[in-house]
Amino acid sequence: MTTSRKRFTAPQRLLHWLMAICILSMLFIGVGMVSTITPKYLTLVQIHKPLGIAILVLALIRLLLRIFYGAPALPADLPEPIKLAANLSQYIFYALMIGMPLIGWGMLSAASYPVVLFGSVHLPSILPVRPSLHALLWHAHYYLAFAFFAFILMHVAAILFHKLIRNDGVFEAMAPVLSRNQPK
Amino acid sequence: MVQTPASPKSFRLGPVVIIAAVVGVAAIAFAYTAGWLSPQRLTPKKMVEALAPPGGPALGHRRNHAKGICFTGTFEANGDGSALSKAPVFARGQYPVVGRFNLGTADPNAADAMVRVRGIGIRITTPDGQEWRSAMIDAPIFPVSTPQGFYELLTASGSKDPDSMKKFIAAHPEFTTFLAWAKSAPWTGSYAEERYNSLNSFLFVDATGTTHPIRWSLVPAAQPVPVSPDELSKRGPDFLEQEITQRVSASPQRWSMEVIVANPGDPTADPNKAWPADRRTVEVGTLTVQQIEPERDGPCLNINFDPTVLPSGITTSDDPFPAARSAAYSRSYNSRTAEASYYPGTAAGAKQ
Repeated sequence: MTTSRKRFTAPQRLLHWLMAICILSMLFIGVGMVSTITPKYLTLVQIHKPLGIAILVLALIRLLLRIFYGAPALPADLPEPIKLAANLSQYIFYALMIGMPLIGWGMLSAASYPVVLFGSVHLPSILPVRPSLHALLWHAHYYLAFAFFAFILMHVAAILFHKLIRNDGVFEAMAPVLSRNQPK
Repeated sequence: MVQTPASPKSFRLGPVVIIAAVVGVAAIAFAYTAGWLSPQRLTPKKMVEALAPPGGPALGHRRNHAKGICFTGTFEANGDGSALSKAPVFARGQYPVVGRFNLGTADPNAADAMVRVRGIGIRITTPDGQEWRSAMIDAPIFPVSTPQGFYELLTASGSKDPDSMKKFIAAHPEFTTFLAWAKSAPWTGSYAEERYNSLNSFLFVDATGTTHPIRWSLVPAAQPVPVSPDELSKRGPDFLEQEITQRVSASPQRWSMEVIVANPGDPTADPNKAWPADRRTVEVGTLTVQQIEPERDGPCLNINFDPTVLPSGITTSDDPFPAARSAAYSRSYNSRTAEASYYPGTAAGAKQ
């Protein structure tokens, strides 16, 4: 799924940066809300649910764009282990972006909570009410959130490595700037 | 930043420092948000742990109001609530209810006569799928004014320091109003004879978007018959559950739901303060309890009666308790579902 383009398409870059903001916010909201009993708790929970569903929808759109447009090839001189890690990280991110909202939705369903997005708008339950299922999904949601954040830190470290140390065009492939002098 | 195209062979410290700094700052911000750098923060974990008896929590059970019995029934709205709230639950009609009578104790095996506070949890579902969950108690006011105060009450009552309660009351004089109720209010021999109060205030939002600060109560149709605690202690450890089971199987039991509307200036943020008795009261419908079921494998077992599960048309107010309760109830629910195998005799337990 590579393309001869040197950069991701504009819609792909837009989605990447939009989702970066959403996902980072989501992780901070999640870890913050479970640590407080102040009224902030409710505000954060009320953002967490619709934002999670928004990320799910955006991730599915992004997956379609990725399948349709592909991704620019990594630099040919990149060592194989780094290439492998780079490719693997893509799969991990897609799995987490799609999996985490579904796990959260399933976890609420298994606990018989209504999944309220806003006002009277709510989603249907997707799993039967069962304590063991809720416990499993809750633990998955909790630990995967920390894993997600750790992967994002590695992702940031890796892209800074590409930009600041190798300066090999990998950062530019997803850079948010609009295409002046876009390499064709 | 270095602009010259660098040779990948030459090692430069600058970029490595930048990378470490970016990652480090992000990790610290995350840790701060998680509360790991703020040991003073009152977390749901601390609150729930403070509820546990000295021997630790009863695994698989709710961390508070641990002893209870399920029921099913209906809420029949008379339509009068619609002037105050656009929630569909107040439109004239009959809606299914799942609920739970319970005792305010962390011990699921407590003797019924030993527990001063009795409660009810209800979940009303309307045909559009919206839910209204509420957990109420029979006390007319809450013991303290703030969630922090409640945490201090739990800590003081669990403390070995003989002066801990004295110190607590000095810091929270509002607790004496609750003590006066606990000492003087008559006991009854039935869940069906209790009045249950939301204590927390919420906001009703009407069709025009206007908000009305309110509290609500379930007022029993049954006549309360005072019984002395000594007499109750002779009735066996589960007399409340046996009594309500027999009573409901003989005939459904009813409560009128009354909504009390605050006047401007009434203490909406403090459930320790009763509102004056002359406040406008609107009867909005009738709760009918039709069938009692044991909690074990019963319809209420896996429901968290989180008071912030509200339909559109009801929201939280400036009362800080519903948020604190929601956070703590969620923690309790996550713990007990992970311990479901410890709950006696459930299908989940049997499989282990």
